[in-house]
Amino acid sequence: MAINLMNLWNFHGGLHLDGKKNLSNEPTITQAKIPPYLVLPLLQHFGEPTEAIVRVGDKVLKGQPISQCQGGKDCQLIVSSPIHAPTSGTVVAIEPREVPHPSGLTAPCIVIETDGEDTWTTLQPLLDYAICDPAEVRKHIAQAGLVGLGGAGFPSHLKLKPQGIDTLIVNGAECEPYITCDDRLMREKPHDIISGAEILMYVLGGAQRCIIAVEDNKAEAYQALLEACRLTNRLQSDDQQGKIEVVKVPTLYPTGGERQLIRILTGLEIGRAVLPAQRGIVVHNVETVRAVHQAVIEGRPLISRVITVTGTGVETPRNFEVMLGTSIKNLIDQCGRKPLIRRLVVGGPMMGFTLPHDGMPVIKTTNCLMISTQEEIQALPAPTPCIRCGACEKTCPVNLLPQQLYWHAKAKDFKRVQAHHLFDCIECGCCAYVCPSHIPLVSYYRYAKAEIRATERERKQAEMAKQRHEFKTFRIQREKTEKAAKHQQKRVEIETQGAVAIDAAVDRAQASEAI
Amino acid sequence: MYFQLSSSPFIHQSHGHVTTLMRSVLLALLPGIAAHIWFFGWGIVINILLASVTALACEAFVLWMRHRPIAPTLQDNSALVTAWLLAIAVPPFLPWWMVVLAVSFGMIFAKHLYGGLGYNPFNPAMVGYVVLLISFPLEMTHFPALSELGKVYPSFMDSINLIFLGHHTAGLTLDAVSGATALDTMKTGLNQYHTVAEIRHQPLFGSWGGKGWEIINLAFLLGGVWLAVTKVCDWRIPVSMISTLFIIAVIFSLVDSDRYPSAMFHIMSGATIFGAFFIATDPVTAATSAKGRWVYGAGIGILTYVIRTWGGYPDGIAFSVLLMNMVAPTIDYLTRPAVFGSGKQE
Repeated sequence: MAINLMNLWNFHGGLHLDGKKNLSNEPTITQAKIPPYLVLPLLQHFGEPTEAIVRVGDKVLKGQPISQCQGGKDCQLIVSSPIHAPTSGTVVAIEPREVPHPSGLTAPCIVIETDGEDTWTTLQPLLDYAICDPAEVRKHIAQAGLVGLGGAGFPSHLKLKPQGIDTLIVNGAECEPYITCDDRLMREKPHDIISGAEILMYVLGGAQRCIIAVEDNKAEAYQALLEACRLTNRLQSDDQQGKIEVVKVPTLYPTGGERQLIRILTGLEIGRAVLPAQRGIVVHNVETVRAVHQAVIEGRPLISRVITVTGTGVETPRNFEVMLGTSIKNLIDQCGRKPLIRRLVVGGPMMGFTLPHDGMPVIKTTNCLMISTQEEIQALPAPTPCIRCGACEKTCPVNLLPQQLYWHAKAKDFKRVQAHHLFDCIECGCCAYVCPSHIPLVSYYRYAKAEIRATERERKQAEMAKQRHEFKTFRIQREKTEKAAKHQQKRVEIETQGAVAIDAAVDRAQASEAI
Repeated sequence: MYFQLSSSPFIHQSHGHVTTLMRSVLLALLPGIAAHIWFFGWGIVINILLASVTALACEAFVLWMRHRPIAPTLQDNSALVTAWLLAIAVPPFLPWWMVVLAVSFGMIFAKHLYGGLGYNPFNPAMVGYVVLLISFPLEMTHFPALSELGKVYPSFMDSINLIFLGHHTAGLTLDAVSGATALDTMKTGLNQYHTVAEIRHQPLFGSWGGKGWEIINLAFLLGGVWLAVTKVCDWRIPVSMISTLFIIAVIFSLVDSDRYPSAMFHIMSGATIFGAFFIATDPVTAATSAKGRWVYGAGIGILTYVIRTWGGYPDGIAFSVLLMNMVAPTIDYLTRPAVFGSGKQE
C-alpha cells in the first residue's frame, strides 16, 4: 500500500474551536517541587491494577519499582503496567485513597513520604538496544511502566508487538483546547522524541515509515521537530527505509483522536471493530515516545510527566514536569492559586471530567488540569426540546446521527440506539458543543452505553446460571439413573444368588431325606 | 472546598440558541412581508398580529393544562414562527375568526397534542392552513390583486373593516380588492383548453408569475437565502425542492409548451419560494439526515408539480409538505449515513 504523504485526507464533521493554547504555551516546562507526600494509586492505566511489592516502613529510591503486575506475572501477558517510586523516601501507608476518577471512588494507593534527597536507584539503560532482540527492548519498556500518556493510558508495550506493522504514527496533534503539554514538549525535547521514535520503529520489527503529526497551530513545535528530524535523517543513509517524517495536519477537533488521525494521514477509516494494528498501523502520543527514549537510553522508568495547569483559576498558567503522585492542590499552589476556584477539570474541556476537590494525586494519564473561576464557566440555559436541526450530525466525526441516538436513548429504546451505532460514538462532545437546545447529548450516550453494558452483563450472568442449573439437573438425573442401574443389578444378583441358595437347600434336604 | 461537578463538554458554542434561530426566521420574513404591504396593504400585518396573539394564548393555555412552565416556552419564539407562517400563507382579508381557528387548530392539535415543540410530526402552520383550505375553499381563493388591474388598494381602515366586520358592512366588497391568482388562472385556462401562451397574455401575468407576487416572492427569496447562508435553515431542502420542481417543469414544458407552463412560472408563482425556504425547512417535521433532506426536498418538489398539474388545487405546497412529513421518519431510517470505518475503504 503506497501512501503519498503530501496528500492528506479529511474526516466528516469536526469543530474549529478556540484553542486557548496561548494561556499556557509560552513559559518553558517548569520542574515541579518535590511534595512532602506522594500518593500513588496501584491502577494508573487502562487495565488490571498492580500489586504492591513494598511494605509500610520500607525505604525506596527514585526509580525503584514499587508494584508489579498481579501475581508477579509477566506484564507482557496481561493488560497492566508496574509503578515506580518517583523520588526517594519511605513508604508510610498502603491504603485506599481518593483517586482522580470521575466516579470519585477510592482505590488502593502507596503513600511515600519523600526525603527531599531525590536519590536515584541504579539505572539500567539499554543503550545498545539496536543489537538486542526487539522482544527484549519491548520487555524493558514494559518494565519501565510506560502507558499511553495522551490520556487513555493503555499500556504501551501491548501496542508494540511486531505483527506486520508498517507505519508508526506519533501523535502530536493535541487538538483539545487549553492543553499545551505536548506542544511544549515538542518544542523543548524534539531530539528525545525523534530518538524515541527510532527505538519504537526498531521494536516494531522495522516499521517502514514513521509519521509525526503536528497540528498547524503549533508552528514552533513543527519547526523544532523538523530540525531534529533533518539532523537524524542526514546521519542515515539515503534509502527510504526507516525514514521519519514530520507532517503538519489541519487544526480541527478531534484530529488527535487515534482513528481520526489515521484517517487524515493515510485515508484509512478504521472502524470500532478493528484495531489499527490489524491494518499495520500503531499510534503513540509524543510524550509516550519521549518516555520510551528516557526508558531505553537513560534507563529512567515512568515516574513523572508533563502536565498543563491552566484556566482562569491560576495566576500563571504553565506546564510542569510533575512527579506522579503529587497532589493537585500542590500543583495549583505552585501555579498561583486564585481565590474562588469553582471548577476543576482533569483533561481538556471537551472530554475531561470534573473532580469535587483538589486533594487527589496526578497519575500517569493526567495531561491537563483546567482550573476555573466563575467567569470561565459558561452558564447555559436549561435544555429545551430537540428541534432536529441536524447541527450535531454535521459535526459528528464518526458520521453518526446524534439527534436519533438522543431520541432513542431518551426513550430507552436500546435496540434502536444500537442500530444507530451507539458504540461507535467516541464521546468527543462535538454534538453537545453545537446543540442549539443545549441538550447534554454525550451524557445521554454514556447513560445508554452503561445501561446496555449492565444488561449485557446480567444476561451473561443469567446465561451462566442457567447453564449451571441445567448441568446440575443433568448430573442429578445421571446419578439417579446410575444408582437405579446399580440397584437393579444388585437385586438381580441377590435374586439369582437367592434362587441358587434355595435350590442348594432343597438339594440338601432331598439328600438328607434320601439317607 | 468543593468544586462544581458536571460532565463534558465544558465549553459550548456561544451563538445559535433555539430562541435566536427562531428569531432569525422571523427577521427573514420581514422583506417578504414589507413587499406584501407595499402591493396589498396592511391586511397581512393585521393577520400576523391576530395569529401571534392566538398562538401565544393557545400555547400558554395548553402549557397551563399540562402543568409545564409557561414563560420559558413562550419565549422560544416557536409559536410566533407558526403564527407568522400561517398568517402569511392565507389570503389577507379572511374573516378574523378563520385565522384564529386555523392557528388554534395548528397549535393545539398539530403541535401540543403531540407533545409540543420538537415532537410534532406535522408542520403546525400547514395543518392549520389545510384545515381552512378544506373547510372554506371559496374564501381561501380570495387573494389580493394589484390596483393596476382595476382593484382597490385598501387603506388600513379598509383592511380592518374587511377582516373584522365582514365584507358587506364595510362598503367595500372583497371582490373589489381580490382576484384570481396566476396559478388559479392558469389552471382554469388550461382546463378550458387554452394554451399557456394565450393564458399568459392576460394582464395579471408578469414576466414569470403573477404581477406583484413575483416581487413578493423575490423578497422572500432574499430572506430565505440569508437564512441558508447563516445556516439557520438547511440549504439542502430548498435547493433540492426548487431544483426538482424546475427540472420536472422543464421536461414537461419541452414536451408540450402549450399544455405545461414554464419552469420559471412554477418557481415564481404561488408559494414555491416561501414554502421552500420557510415551510419545508422546519427541522422538526423534515427529514433530519443530510441525505434524507435531499430526498425530502425532492419529494415536495415532485408532489407540488403533480398537484398543480393534475390535482384539484391550483397550488400544492401545503399538501406536499404534509405528505412528506408523513414519510420523513422512514426517509431518515433509510438514509442513515455510513458510520466511520464501516463503509468503503479508500
